Amino acid sequence: MATFVNLLIAKYNFWAFAILMMIGLYAMIAKKNLIKKIIGMNIFQTSIILFYVSIGAKKGATIPIISHVLHGESEPTIIPADYINPLPHVLMLTAIVVSVATLGVALALAIKVHRQYGTLEEDQIHSIIQSK
Amino acid sequence: MILQYPALLITLPLIAAFIITAFGWLNQRFCYPIAVITLTAALYISVELLLSIFEVQIISYRLGGWPPPIGIEYKVDHLNAFVLVLITLVALLNLVAAKPKVDQEFKEKSGAFYALYVLFVTGLLGITITGDAFNLYVLLEITALTGYALIGLGRSHAPLAGLNYVFMGTIGASFYLLGIGYLYLTTGSLNMADLATLIPALQTSKTIVFGFVLCLIGLFIKMALFPLHNWLPNAYSYSPSAASSLIAPLTTKVMIYVMIRLVFSLFTPAFSFSNQLLTAVVVWIAIVAIVMGSVLALAQKNLFKMLSFIIIAEVGYMVGGFWLGNSDGMTGAILHIANDALMTLCLFLAVGNIKYMTKIERFEDLKGIISKMPVSMTVFIIGGFSIIGVPPTCGFFSKWYLIKGGIVANQWGFVIALLFSSLVNTILFFRIIEIGFFSSGDNSNVKGHGSATIREAPIGMLIPALITAGLLVLSGLYTNEFVTYIILPVMP
Repeated sequence: MATFVNLLIAKYNFWAFAILMMIGLYAMIAKKNLIKKIIGMNIFQTSIILFYVSIGAKKGATIPIISHVLHGESEPTIIPADYINPLPHVLMLTAIVVSVATLGVALALAIKVHRQYGTLEEDQIHSIIQSK
Repeated sequence: MILQYPALLITLPLIAAFIITAFGWLNQRFCYPIAVITLTAALYISVELLLSIFEVQIISYRLGGWPPPIGIEYKVDHLNAFVLVLITLVALLNLVAAKPKVDQEFKEKSGAFYALYVLFVTGLLGITITGDAFNLYVLLEITALTGYALIGLGRSHAPLAGLNYVFMGTIGASFYLLGIGYLYLTTGSLNMADLATLIPALQTSKTIVFGFVLCLIGLFIKMALFPLHNWLPNAYSYSPSAASSLIAPLTTKVMIYVMIRLVFSLFTPAFSFSNQLLTAVVVWIAIVAIVMGSVLALAQKNLFKMLSFIIIAEVGYMVGGFWLGNSDGMTGAILHIANDALMTLCLFLAVGNIKYMTKIERFEDLKGIISKMPVSMTVFIIGGFSIIGVPPTCGFFSKWYLIKGGIVANQWGFVIALLFSSLVNTILFFRIIEIGFFSSGDNSNVKGHGSATIREAPIGMLIPALITAGLLVLSGLYTNEFVTYIILPVMP
């Protein structure tokens, strides 16, 4: 039990991302409303962004900005452990753009679906399709 | 100039897509010529790259001048040079045939359509040429997003099918992204060649194995391997026929290329095939995909739906053949990427011609079609023969290699599934040929189209279809050269 609690506390970022991811997947699979599914999709994508951002963090490290060297001063030695890893954060800027674009396309398609069937509930849409 | 070709291949269509969007607002007449010129230039560049590959073996391009492990690298070798040519060739042939269909279906949106079309091709080319695992994800999403939009342009249930594709495609891409995240967590690198040198030392790491499995599941969703195929049939059959004949031949095939690329150049074959259980499971999934794809194709009454299920079976061919793990199976799988893209294009162009002229999608309504549209149906029959695997069409040769691979690997389930699928394909196509050829007497159930009004499709749509059909036979005849000069250098 104690080791399990330790695992829970030491790796809490992974637990948070895994739980969010499962919430998102559940919403995409189980919900009947298309907008709720889209929200689930967004939670799912955000959980992965959270995962990436959290793996860049280090204990006791600061933001990765190196102060400008003035003329005449010697180059300060840079210890990587003092700075958090900026690369995952930069990657996630791209991933955020992608997820916003996906959300836009999904909502646009949802508008088209609503115009066509007059509803966003999946089971109602299927009964409309079957009755045709 | 030739030094800049890898970057030009991506930037040219990318910029052209924006120019086309601008012209879509100003004057839509210019959109189509710009798209044709762009794709012709892209085809020229990719052919030049393929030719230069025979001399220098490998071209590495540093974007922004940053050296590889840090910067993004574009890498061209034997494996992706031919895929680049394939993508541009299929896209150009289909674009030529697309003009009348676009004018008929949504003339007012043609600017948007051509912009999305070129952007879609950009994404595929980028996926193929990149040597960076994260860059691949971004381009994967560019392709997917434009694909959703192209499918959403269609009529009837297209928006709903597109939305389902959005959900599944996003899950697939996200799994891939997560897998890459696990790799980055362990190795600290995103460059494929760099990862390939780091992974052997970490073979036993569970994180790497988990990342590998996540990447594979993501790609399986994207390539519609059987239990994860649900999005494909509706998305492909309700999308506008000009778009489905672009998306259907290319998306799944490029995803299979990505799988092969990851195994060969990122995870290394030694690591990927080290887990016997995993390879066996994947091959069995592929066997189920082949059988189920064929059986479900048999149950369809709509031409586009039937072809969609054939694609699902063909995905099973390639995944199964590749994961057999011997050189015959892999050769068959890589050969089948090229052949299947051409076969699918051929069939979709022929069916697109029929739909353009007659609005027919159900093949019960095709009575007497062969005498009315002889050229389109000839193309359709050649494509069908290639899917069945009748020599000298190219489908025979890749199936030959795949069956040989199955025998060498002692995987008889795969061999039986391939033969079963060929048998089902024979039934599928001969049923249509029979309807189209022999029962020409009764035309009463052709709704609103008297048999006299059905004519052959315009010449602009016939020429690309005929070229594709010719390529099927040609690539069949030159299979030996293709295997010797392109596939053998790739083999690990």
